[in-house]
Amino acid sequence: MNETNTFLLDGEEIPFTPGQSIIQAATEHGIYIPHLCWHPEFKAHGSCKICTVKVNGRFGSSCTMAAQAGMNVENRTSELDDKRRTLLQMYFVEGNHFCPSCEKSGNCSLQATAYELKMVSPHFDMFYPDRAVDASHPDILLDFNRCIMCSLCVTASREVDGKNVFSMGGRGLLGRRIHISSESGKLADTDFALTDRAASICPVGVILPKRKGFAVPIGERKYDKLPINLQVSEETP
Amino acid sequence: MTFALETAKSPETLRRVAIDPVSRVEGHGKVTILLDDNNKVHQVRLHIVEFRGFEKFIQGRPYWEVPVMVQRLCGICPVSHHLAASKALDMMLGIKQLTPTADKIRRLMHAGQMLQSHALHFFHLASPDLLFGFGSDMAKRNIVGVVAAHPEVAKKGVLLRKYGQEVIRMTAGKRVHGTGSVPGGVNKSLSAEERAELQKDIYQMVAWSRDAVAIIRGLFEQNLTQYNAFGRFRSAGMCLVGADGAMDLYHGGLRARDIDGKTLFDHFDYSRYWDVIGEDVKPWSYMKFPFFKSLGTEDGSYRVGPLSRVTMCDHIPTPLADKEREAFLAFDGGSAAGATLGYHWARMIEMLHSAETIKDLLHDDDIVGHDLMATGQRQERGVGVIEAPRGTLIHHYRVDENDQVIRANLIVSTTHNNQAMNTAVREVAMQYLDGVEITEGLLNHIEIAIRAFDPCLSCATHALGQMPLEIAIVGADGTVIDEAMRDHRGLIRELPDHA
Repeated sequence: MNETNTFLLDGEEIPFTPGQSIIQAATEHGIYIPHLCWHPEFKAHGSCKICTVKVNGRFGSSCTMAAQAGMNVENRTSELDDKRRTLLQMYFVEGNHFCPSCEKSGNCSLQATAYELKMVSPHFDMFYPDRAVDASHPDILLDFNRCIMCSLCVTASREVDGKNVFSMGGRGLLGRRIHISSESGKLADTDFALTDRAASICPVGVILPKRKGFAVPIGERKYDKLPINLQVSEETP
Repeated sequence: MTFALETAKSPETLRRVAIDPVSRVEGHGKVTILLDDNNKVHQVRLHIVEFRGFEKFIQGRPYWEVPVMVQRLCGICPVSHHLAASKALDMMLGIKQLTPTADKIRRLMHAGQMLQSHALHFFHLASPDLLFGFGSDMAKRNIVGVVAAHPEVAKKGVLLRKYGQEVIRMTAGKRVHGTGSVPGGVNKSLSAEERAELQKDIYQMVAWSRDAVAIIRGLFEQNLTQYNAFGRFRSAGMCLVGADGAMDLYHGGLRARDIDGKTLFDHFDYSRYWDVIGEDVKPWSYMKFPFFKSLGTEDGSYRVGPLSRVTMCDHIPTPLADKEREAFLAFDGGSAAGATLGYHWARMIEMLHSAETIKDLLHDDDIVGHDLMATGQRQERGVGVIEAPRGTLIHHYRVDENDQVIRANLIVSTTHNNQAMNTAVREVAMQYLDGVEITEGLLNHIEIAIRAFDPCLSCATHALGQMPLEIAIVGADGTVIDEAMRDHRGLIRELPDHA
């Protein structure tokens, strides 16, 4: 390893390969940087802003910012976690996230991140947006109430499955949403399948297999066992 | 049942006394009493002032979420809703028989629920009235007063409830709002360690449950005349019974008897409950008024819950509780079995039965089995009925071809008891309040009548979309200028001019 290819992350020296982003290098080293839209299998989207760090005193997205030798990166400081918590609260009030009856509860990145960042209330007024449930597909349910617009399903369907089932469109807080690429706009009229990578990529509870609810008991779900910050290397679903 | 005091002829001329909120019950309700200048009672109503919209907002949700979502109706007996919904969706999935492990784990969960809910009600909510006296010092008439004056009684109550909550935690995953029961079965059985943990204390729980039956029996013996007469009325009744007529709180057919004890229907298949039960609505309550269709809205009112179950079953299939049932029915020539306060006695007999049931199940190896799920031929709808702590609970769902719920109807225990509770408070009002100066102690008598039913008012309000309303425009001098009414079909009509 070239000894100059290191940077400081919360005071710890982190080695990296040229071309790696800060979050890639940190993840490879087992260090957790909170994030929602970034996934190690895909190119960074840079939209959720939860992975924001401070690089040499300036804010930047650790998923899109390339690691540079000698940079000084702040990650889990109270200043940054406070901002991340506020962002998370906005995510929660923008959608309809009812964890108590959500099948994804315990396996959900949004919920696990909120626990990790000690979010105890939504703080802001709830929007209660009117979002559709698409139950047309025989095997898969889409519940857009929980969508955080991370676009991982769009990317996975396009890049891995080669299908382009999903796309993101519309403007504004209430207009922007995931669209289904079929004439009817229904998932049933696409060639989406349960075996697609996009069917298992959703970090929240939008894309779920049908007729399978609460089969795994409380206490045995992914984040029941270990908090999200201790599952860095096992993150890929 | 008493309808005479439901609506006064000239309410605008009367004085209004309100008990708001009714205390030491689950949920929020109030009682209004209209009196004239001589304190003569003209109108008594139990109002349920909160509102639940579960039947509406469950529409469009996938069916597998339902047992977990609808249990949020309540924090006291969520297991009842969890299991009733699961049973309804078992039927929707075409499952006629669960695996032995799933059936017994659900029964164990339900018995834990009965134990904790009955202990909570008797020791925490009802015992202050019974141990200190109906009109006793208000400052002491609460659980803190019970702890100070009767620490051993209070301790048993707390620990019985805690044990029931542990049974729920081990079968459902959490003490409150677990996920253990799923359409088609359960998601976990007991581990050997969990079974051993529960076995350690179960004999103590059975013993303490027997003590609780002795406490309420002793209170009846000491206050025989008062307890027998308090809020007494004749009533029809309904409950589930097993195939052999035995008490079965988890599954069975519907049995109903009229006020003379004549059987109206027996072992009735609950999947067509609407053939025998209708729901009436009234302008002054969010809570519906169920009735037996064969008898009509007034004569068809009935009561459910411990008193109906213990008096209407042929026997209780656990020996200690069955002996207590026989003693209860024989007590003073059967007087306690028809008394409103007999609910407390019957409830403690059921708590004993639940403790015995837990003991039996903990010695059954099926509860540590691994065959958890059954399958069947999918149907369009499902009905699940269970005997919840407060009485018969009905869940009914229709699910479309996309697996989304398109219709839901819930008739909860307290709703069945709506007319019976109103009748009990009217009887008590006439017995204790009519023509006398009203005091706090006397008003507590009204609450004691309501508490006997252990109502869960939060679960019981379901008149969404069919809620009739009366609106009155009242002048500064108190005279009614105009009145309009929206009936149960949503039609608005003017009432006769009152000016």
